[in-house]
Amino acid sequence: MGMTVIEKIIRAHTADEVAPGKIVWMDLDVRSARDFGGPNVVKNYEREYAGLPLADQSKTFFTFDLCAPACTLKYADNQQVCRDFARKNGVEVYDVDSGVGTHVLMEEGRARANGTIVGTDSHMNILGALGAFGQGMGDVDITFAFRTGRTWFEVPESVKVILKGTFKKPTSAKDLTLYLLKVLGTKRIALRSAEFMGPAVASLTLAGRLTLCSMVTEMAGIIGFIPEFGPEARREIESYMKTPFSPFVPDADAVYAETIEVDVGDLPLQVAAPPSPTNVHVASELARTKIDSGFIGSCTNGRFEDFAEAARLLKGRKVKKGVMLKIVPATRRVYEELLAKGVLQELFEAGAIIVNPGCGGCAEGHVGLTGRGEVQISTGNRNFAGKQGKGQTYLASPAVVAASCILGHIAGPEDL
Amino acid sequence: MDKTSHRGRIWVLTDSSGRLIEDIDTDQIYHNAFLHITDVAEMGQYALGNLEGWKDFPKRAKPGDIIAAGRNFGAGSSRQQAVDCFIALRVGAILAPSYSSIYFRNAVNSGFPILRCPELPDLVSGRRIESGDEVELDFLSGRGFNRTKNSAFVVLPMSAVQRDIFREGNLFAFGRLHGR
Repeated sequence: MGMTVIEKIIRAHTADEVAPGKIVWMDLDVRSARDFGGPNVVKNYEREYAGLPLADQSKTFFTFDLCAPACTLKYADNQQVCRDFARKNGVEVYDVDSGVGTHVLMEEGRARANGTIVGTDSHMNILGALGAFGQGMGDVDITFAFRTGRTWFEVPESVKVILKGTFKKPTSAKDLTLYLLKVLGTKRIALRSAEFMGPAVASLTLAGRLTLCSMVTEMAGIIGFIPEFGPEARREIESYMKTPFSPFVPDADAVYAETIEVDVGDLPLQVAAPPSPTNVHVASELARTKIDSGFIGSCTNGRFEDFAEAARLLKGRKVKKGVMLKIVPATRRVYEELLAKGVLQELFEAGAIIVNPGCGGCAEGHVGLTGRGEVQISTGNRNFAGKQGKGQTYLASPAVVAASCILGHIAGPEDL
Repeated sequence: MDKTSHRGRIWVLTDSSGRLIEDIDTDQIYHNAFLHITDVAEMGQYALGNLEGWKDFPKRAKPGDIIAAGRNFGAGSSRQQAVDCFIALRVGAILAPSYSSIYFRNAVNSGFPILRCPELPDLVSGRRIESGDEVELDFLSGRGFNRTKNSAFVVLPMSAVQRDIFREGNLFAFGRLHGR
């Protein structure tokens, strides 16, 4: 019987029978922890496995991205707990200068196509963008993975999502993703592995693929894959892997629990309003909403092209007086490219606030938090009540955030 | 742990109109402002601290209480604290029609009784389970009984791996048993 992408990846990492619903013991190629979760992992490890070695230090990493560099005493302590453990055990740390852990693991060639990568980040499944099985896990799981290199996993069902039609700029991967959140909600692909097909996704760059795959978490899916890779995405992934790239593709007779068709032809710009990522509207319906701040960054939209798109709109214009625009590149490499190509200069001159790489306001510890009554438009992935503070967060593409910050209310590039 | 059944008072997480709350995310269960905490005993005070209508839960809950919630409970972050905060309060079990995958794993791996109850929305809308009811659960057979209402219901029994980890106490103890 044919297999789906997730089934092939799991099969390559287990001796157990692979079929939906089966529990397998799976080998993990990369096990990582962040500055959140990491200190808990260290504490668990020292309690449960005192004096015992890691399964393989060369496959074990810390990635600090939440509070980078530490701006609270607690995080400073927690990061040092991880560093001390890492030094003692010969583990590499991607420290506070590096950026979002998932992106760093990808850029450094640690997370590779067809691999299994776990960490204390619920958006670890973003690595589906490069054909890897990434999965976020809690500190108990990760501690166990540090020690044994394995974990148990229930093989999920797969669902095929066929996207019909294509759209043009300024509609972007983020608009597509938000629209899918509207259509699929948190039920249609819940606890399943999704495979997205169709011309609208096959042509996406790696940045666009990361945007879509990151928000499968908000759809309650296990992971999303896009089995067809365009030449640009392929080139970028190969440059990180430094080896030939041959991601698993589903067999022609692979079995899917369901096939869902979604028409995305001529899709307009989309915005998710509070209080959830699935509360999605056509952007123009929300055009009168005044904003106080904008945020461009996060694992969902923190790549070079996300900022380049914003800069294209902001060049020669200004962020409206009284509005804050916060810029947080995903990684140091992204930051470097933005510097080298003059993009940061353009954003700076337009009045943006430019911050070092990291997760941004998805957790308290970096920039992007809101005060009571504040309205923020963000390229992030979550706008749950109270998550980024007492304010209201809208989710949108970099182009919509940039246009909104220029005008002071929710807007698209065509309004400029 | 050999206790495979539990009896306790149930809290049904409903909104102001009495409806079971769906998609409760980990920032509502345990807010990211407290992620720096690594001592489980300190976590209980923050349980449900960002869920409208339930912020005083830690003060009202007593050991052994059961929580019932809507589908996709534990959406969002991978934080173990969102399970640990209930362990700290000595909550006896959690029931929901479904959970986020990560949340469910975290609870299973901690040996915390987390159970799927597909008929929960009907039980709540039909007032066959209400906050304050005294409820019995058998984790292995899936038998549920509401003593207050004198009515039976079913939950999905623990899966084999969940049961085995639960019996040993947590994933660490289970792993040691199997030489890992």
